[in-house]
Amino acid sequence: MALITRGFGGRRRDDPNLPPGQYRTDDFPVLSAGPTPRISLDDWELAVVTESGERSTWSWAEFTALPADEPTVDIHCVTHWSKFGTRWRGVSLDTLLADVETAAEYVVAHSYGGYTTNIPLEDLLDGQAWVAYEFDGEPLVPAHGGPARLLVPHLYFWKSAKWLRALELRLDDEPGFWETAGYHNYGDPWREQRYQAD
Amino acid sequence: MSTTNVGADDAPWVDGNALAGPLGEVMGTDLTVAELTCAGCRTSRPLAAMRVFDRTPGLVARCPGCEDVVMRVVRTADRVLVDLRGSLLLSLPVPTS
Repeated sequence: MALITRGFGGRRRDDPNLPPGQYRTDDFPVLSAGPTPRISLDDWELAVVTESGERSTWSWAEFTALPADEPTVDIHCVTHWSKFGTRWRGVSLDTLLADVETAAEYVVAHSYGGYTTNIPLEDLLDGQAWVAYEFDGEPLVPAHGGPARLLVPHLYFWKSAKWLRALELRLDDEPGFWETAGYHNYGDPWREQRYQAD
Repeated sequence: MSTTNVGADDAPWVDGNALAGPLGEVMGTDLTVAELTCAGCRTSRPLAAMRVFDRTPGLVARCPGCEDVVMRVVRTADRVLVDLRGSLLLSLPVPTS
C-alpha cells in the first residue's frame, strides 16, 4: 500500500526562496552546450563594444585590479534546479560600464566557444549583475565558466554566460543561442518564463 | 550510445543516436539513417556520427570535424523545436515498402 505524506510537495511549495517548478539542490550541476574552452589568462580579454563600435577592453590583470564585489546569491537553472547561497567574487557591471557612452537598451553576451545570450541593459545595472571570476573562494574552474562568467542571478542561469568574452551593447534586441531555439527571451524564474510561449 | 570524453573539465557528449528519440517522436520516421551536411565544413556524415551535448537546456548536435553546431532540439511544454541552421542538407532514404 502506498503511503503518501505531505512532506515532499509541502516543503517545496512552502519555501519562499524557491521559484515555481524548481527543486533545491546542494550540488552544482554542470550544463554545457559544447566543448569547454580553455583560455590562457595571458590571452584572455574582456571587451565592451558599444552600438557605435567603440571598444573598451581589459586584460586579465586590468580586469582583476578593478574593484570587486562578493555577492552571495541564489541561482535558478531552467532545467529545474536551484542552488541557494552561492558565493562569488566579481566585478559589477556598474563598474565595467561606468565610463561607457551608450544609448543601448539591450546587451548580447558573447562567450569564448561561440555561445550568446541577450539581456536588457537595465537588468545588468544597479547591482544586479557581475562578471564573476571566483566561486566559493576559489578561481572559477573552466567547467563552471572560468576564467570569468556573467552572473545575472535574477534570471534563469542560461543568461549567466560562461567563458565571457564580450558584451555587445545594442539599440535593438538580438535573441541568443537558446532564445532563438525556443527558450524565453527574458527568462524570469519567478514568472516561470522557460519557453517562448510562457 | 555512450559518453566518450569525460574528463575533469570536459563537457560530456553522446553520439547522434540520442537525437533519434525526440526527432522520431514528432517526425514519425527513423532519423538514425539520415545524413547531415555541416554548414561549417561541408562534410556529410550520418546523424549518428554527430556529437550531442545533452546536459543542456536542449540537445545540441555538433559536427565531429569542425565542432560547429549542426542542430539544436528543444522540447517545450507542447512542441519540439528543431533548429537546422548549422546544416546545409538533411538527406533521408526513401522508405521501402
